Amino acid sequence: MEITALLDLADGYVEQNRSVDKRKNLLRGRTVINLFFENSTRTRTSFELAGKRLGADVINMQASASSVQKGESLIDTAMTLNAMHLDVLVVRHPESGAVKLLSEKVNCAVINGGDGSHEHPTQALLDALTIRRRKGGLSGLTVAICGDVLHSRVARSNIHLLNTMGARVRLIGPRTLMPAEVGRMGVEVYHDMRAGLEDVDVVMMLRIQNERMRGTFLPSIREYFHFFGLDYEKLALAKPDAVIMHPGPMNRGVEIDSDVADDVERSLIREQVEMGVAVRMACLDLLTRGLPDTSPTGA
Amino acid sequence: MTGRVASGLVAYVNARLIDPASDLDAPGALLTNGETIADFGPGLFRGGVPSGIEVVDCHGLYLAPGLVDMRVQLREPGEEHKETLRSAGESAVAGGVTSMVCLPNTDPVIDDVATVEFVARRARKIGLAKVYPYAAATKGLDGKELSEMGMLGEAGALAFTDGTKPIRNAQVMRRALAYADTFGAMIVQHPEEPALAEGGVMNEGELATRMGLAGIPAAAEAIILERDMRLLELAGGRYHAAHLSTAEGVEIIRKAKARGLAVTCDTAPPYFALNELAVGDYRTFSKLSPPLRSEEDRQAIIAGLKDGTIDAVASDHAPQDQDSKRQPFALAEFGGVGLETLLAVTLELVHNGHMDLADALALITVAPADILGLPAGHLKVGHAADLILFDPARGWKVDPESFKSKSKNSPFDGRPVQGMVLRTVVDGRTVFCRDG
Repeated sequence: MEITALLDLADGYVEQNRSVDKRKNLLRGRTVINLFFENSTRTRTSFELAGKRLGADVINMQASASSVQKGESLIDTAMTLNAMHLDVLVVRHPESGAVKLLSEKVNCAVINGGDGSHEHPTQALLDALTIRRRKGGLSGLTVAICGDVLHSRVARSNIHLLNTMGARVRLIGPRTLMPAEVGRMGVEVYHDMRAGLEDVDVVMMLRIQNERMRGTFLPSIREYFHFFGLDYEKLALAKPDAVIMHPGPMNRGVEIDSDVADDVERSLIREQVEMGVAVRMACLDLLTRGLPDTSPTGA
Repeated sequence: MTGRVASGLVAYVNARLIDPASDLDAPGALLTNGETIADFGPGLFRGGVPSGIEVVDCHGLYLAPGLVDMRVQLREPGEEHKETLRSAGESAVAGGVTSMVCLPNTDPVIDDVATVEFVARRARKIGLAKVYPYAAATKGLDGKELSEMGMLGEAGALAFTDGTKPIRNAQVMRRALAYADTFGAMIVQHPEEPALAEGGVMNEGELATRMGLAGIPAAAEAIILERDMRLLELAGGRYHAAHLSTAEGVEIIRKAKARGLAVTCDTAPPYFALNELAVGDYRTFSKLSPPLRSEEDRQAIIAGLKDGTIDAVASDHAPQDQDSKRQPFALAEFGGVGLETLLAVTLELVHNGHMDLADALALITVAPADILGLPAGHLKVGHAADLILFDPARGWKVDPESFKSKSKNSPFDGRPVQGMVLRTVVDGRTVFCRDG
């Protein structure tokens, strides 16, 4: 299975990243461009590291979505980059579907680094790797994804991947943050966090955007934290060995209590970041294997 | 222990027990132990009351569960010159109301936990009718940002409403329904399209035209109800429409119920006992919100009550001081006091042959209690001894000057009615007793 093979490959890169010599020349001569239309620290950095550790030339392009308008000029950007003969384009964009649009216009491999509220596939892969390394596998686990599912690309990608790998997915959040008919995506929906956390193996928290905090989605931070913030009291309902994950960046005291986030026994949040680099190396590795013109010149 | 706590056993003998919730209507007796009902039934104390038990002779009158009034404006905090928690409490128990639910349109608005707790604590201290607050659905009743429904519910808010203002923005209503449903709570709507109602002071139609007053069309109710039924279908949750006043409104709810939507509604006595003619002569006491409607609408409200489309009757108690009502009609405030006429005017449905006594009583006891999830409005062993003793036949003339309410603005001023509360018991304590 493709996912399993990718995760196996990533496991190897974890070891490489932990060794003194982190560099391989597998992607020597390859050009990777990180084209980010949205702010990102960890995703961009980890793609950059991944590319560099594989020996590729990596260029970061930070384009603000406001200056580069949608539609025509997005395509213009793609055409411009295409003319530079790059091999892999990593794209993050605030609009759902923008990455797909771009991929139709370029000749290189395109990796979705997160598009709108649609998908964030490498996040789901690194989450899967993190869980698999701690729990030994994914099949049969119950994973609760908690918070702003409505606006979350991380949730959507994780729902697909976890279901594919045989895990059971629960979504927990207020009804205003649940997308319509989300139950049809093969998940169980809970509006009471205590009920939803019962006997789960993994608790995946989602970031709440501050602008959702006052308005018609949610009334206030304190109410959100009271009912949907992860603290030890609510976590006690999960399995005793349940682990905690968060794609970051965290809002401490909003969706997650600091003590829980920093719990060395149960929080996998820092490990997720580590796995992010390995998974992205595996993605770059696999995607460039099929490309023509692999003639590493001896050095 | 304060002197307000009931202690010991009290036997209500020689009573006609009536409990719409259990279809009980029979001569019998009832025993209270402290704050709760210990026993009741036709056979109780047939062999006499053992000594040591206080005895209340009911003289064959009806002993019923205390009334539950699901829509009351209390004015405290903020407008204590119109009504206070104490004067409303006294008015309530004089009208046989042992539980009432207040709107959040006070000053400050009941939109935070502290205000919910203030109202509950004050009412508990006063010890008359029990007061349960609705909290605001949106902060400051502004119709923009949702209130902290989860925490407000934990603090005791029964449901969420913007009071006498409709939730006008469809997106806000949708999210309010969904957010409330997260906590299993209900949204109560004042169903009136605000742009159509703006500036209107009475029912739109021939009479308003003749009187030269701006009207509020019946469609203002229908439009919001139709919209809200769609939103309820979309968002899920539970919806309650307050004070239906129009034939179309009744029909919309009837169809929504047939479709299986989680909707309930109430009306208030003026809408089945009066029509728009009551505002003739520019009587500001009959200026209500929604306005008194046409005779056809009034008949439709009665039909809705009879077939169960309308679930409950609430007083819609809206006290206004003299200065607010002694104005040219268009400038006067909306609203009428209702706690002390709730039972008698509701019993007109019985006296006029529309329904039997138990069904009429259910509208003001168990029906609103069930909508709100209150353990009230029925006779049940172990439950709070909230009771009334009343004579459905006793006639009297509505005289607002004798009201306990601080305000006297009754649309029923001078009306001969039948049905009188003689004793009101809250948590086993007699809190009201009428002489004679």
